[in-house]
Amino acid sequence: MATTPTATASPAARVLRSPVFFSVVAAVAIGALFLIGTGADPLAAYGAVLTGSLGSDGIGSTLTTGTSVLGMALALAIPLRAGLINLGGDGQLVLGGIAAAAVGLYSPLPAPLTTALAVLAGMAAGALYAALAALCDIKFGVPLLVSSLLLSYPAASLASYLVRYPLKEPGSSLPQTPRLPEGVELPAFGTSTVTLGLVLVALAAVAYYLVDARTAVGYEMRMTGLNSRFTAYAGVRRGPQTLRLMAVSGALAGLVGSVGVLSFPFRFLDGSLTAPGYTWTGLTAALLAAAAPLGTVLASFFFAVLQVGGLSMERTTEVPRELTQVLQAIVIVFLAARLRITWRRRKGDVKA
Amino acid sequence: MFFDSDLFLSALRALTPILLAALGGALCERAGVFNIGLEGMMLMGCFTAVATSWFTGSPWLGVLAAALAAAAYSLILAVGAVTLKGDAVVLGVAMNLLAVGLTSFLLRTVFGVQGTFDDPDLVGLPEIAGFSPLTWLSWAAVGVAAVLLSRHAWGLRLRGVGEAPDAAATLGVSPVKYKYGAVLASGVLCGLAGAQLALGNVTLFSENMTAGRGWIAVVAVMLGRALPLGVLLAALLFGLAEAAGFRLQGLGLPQQATDAAPYVVTLIALFLTTAKRRRKTGAVA
Repeated sequence: MATTPTATASPAARVLRSPVFFSVVAAVAIGALFLIGTGADPLAAYGAVLTGSLGSDGIGSTLTTGTSVLGMALALAIPLRAGLINLGGDGQLVLGGIAAAAVGLYSPLPAPLTTALAVLAGMAAGALYAALAALCDIKFGVPLLVSSLLLSYPAASLASYLVRYPLKEPGSSLPQTPRLPEGVELPAFGTSTVTLGLVLVALAAVAYYLVDARTAVGYEMRMTGLNSRFTAYAGVRRGPQTLRLMAVSGALAGLVGSVGVLSFPFRFLDGSLTAPGYTWTGLTAALLAAAAPLGTVLASFFFAVLQVGGLSMERTTEVPRELTQVLQAIVIVFLAARLRITWRRRKGDVKA
Repeated sequence: MFFDSDLFLSALRALTPILLAALGGALCERAGVFNIGLEGMMLMGCFTAVATSWFTGSPWLGVLAAALAAAAYSLILAVGAVTLKGDAVVLGVAMNLLAVGLTSFLLRTVFGVQGTFDDPDLVGLPEIAGFSPLTWLSWAAVGVAAVLLSRHAWGLRLRGVGEAPDAAATLGVSPVKYKYGAVLASGVLCGLAGAQLALGNVTLFSENMTAGRGWIAVVAVMLGRALPLGVLLAALLFGLAEAAGFRLQGLGLPQQATDAAPYVVTLIALFLTTAKRRRKTGAVA
């Protein structure tokens, strides 16, 4: 099968025969059919996606979006590496954001310390909430997929409540907190909207790469993903491992939430963190990369390009930007249909 | 009176889409296909129902088209998970995302609006004796599914395919055929669920209007252990929690607390039932 390249195949041949390459090409081709169907020129539309996202006007926006997408992708890739799916990213993200906003507004410390504290508070909130989902799985036998998802909705409701009552900006008609005090923000690069958040998320990606490739914990994580019965037999305790991975996952989602609050618009606005769909885009990127660290970074960048480029495609060709969301999903549909062929071979029938 | 008949009636209305989708999920579960694409199939049903009703003027054609469109959409899962042996969870997640993108894209290209399509000329479903015809249908479907799964040869074979596909194959029962049947049936049921949501509960289409109901149906399948009556009870629990939430809102509780209530109630119900099952079997799940 094309999905198990031999060691002798050249790198170029391996790329061409990989299911990822196939899925991306197939999605782009189907997208072209959509574009022709709506009467647009596919080349012009895809050209607009690229120039709009990678040109000098768009690259800042792509990096800002990319920060959030990559952060969420890492958050979801880490449990996925061990075969766990965290569907509660939205809840963890929002709690991280509201915790960061609360600390940012009320901490008596000087601004730089408050900023750091707000980031840590956001990460802690996300981590604790994700750990709660893990406990539901470990202690009460509610599958993680379901527990993380069900917990996500009350978290969003809680944040929505806080921002409408105790933390609401007095006199504002919007459900939002007051603007954070002067200086309580992540430093931006020059006049762009790209902030230190990008550096923090990039550091997380490097850390994930190193842990995954070089440490015993990373090895256990990968092996659990490939064959959890084998690792259980070899003495990896599933419960504590799930708890740890989910805590890290939630912490990263919380980080994305706090970055979203500590950069423009410098406040928590109800719904603004979840509306762009970073959680789902991130999950898609993590799935596309099969949770491999480098692949997750590349896939996140690819999706950030699509998301930002979609806007300029809409401006120049009048094709709705939702098309890029369709492309994103089609990539994963193709990939999912082909992916399991390799997984099954390696894993046997663990999931059944 | 807090728990009066009005509360019960509004719970019954809220529960129809969830019940229909969950029945589809239960059939898939019984056939050994984990279907978490219910949400996406339902959303495709919502859009098709509204578009068809709008262009033909007939909500009935809308219902029919929704069932067919969602069944066609469910083929992604059937081909991907059954024929190609792909990962059903990943496929389901992708189908849900694809449905959101596709319906939003179509909303803009077909109707030229963003967010919500809402027009006084859009014809919704009439009511029969106080309920939408699809509500009546959903109750009938519970009975039919229960009898089918416990008494009829089809249902017994379907369960056999789910529990021991190799044994079923040796007896001449094609697992592929039954799995396709279950997935397509879930597509039809989700299409009806979508039609009920968009032409029954309300008369409009808005982006991502299923808002997690398909996921709740997935949970209802789990809570009801893929038994039609169990699924009905699970969906009813969720519907009651939602309706009670609206009632509590009237008593001054913030809307956010009542929004969260159904999810918390469902999670607690899952705790209780899994704990009970563990005690009974003595197994660590």
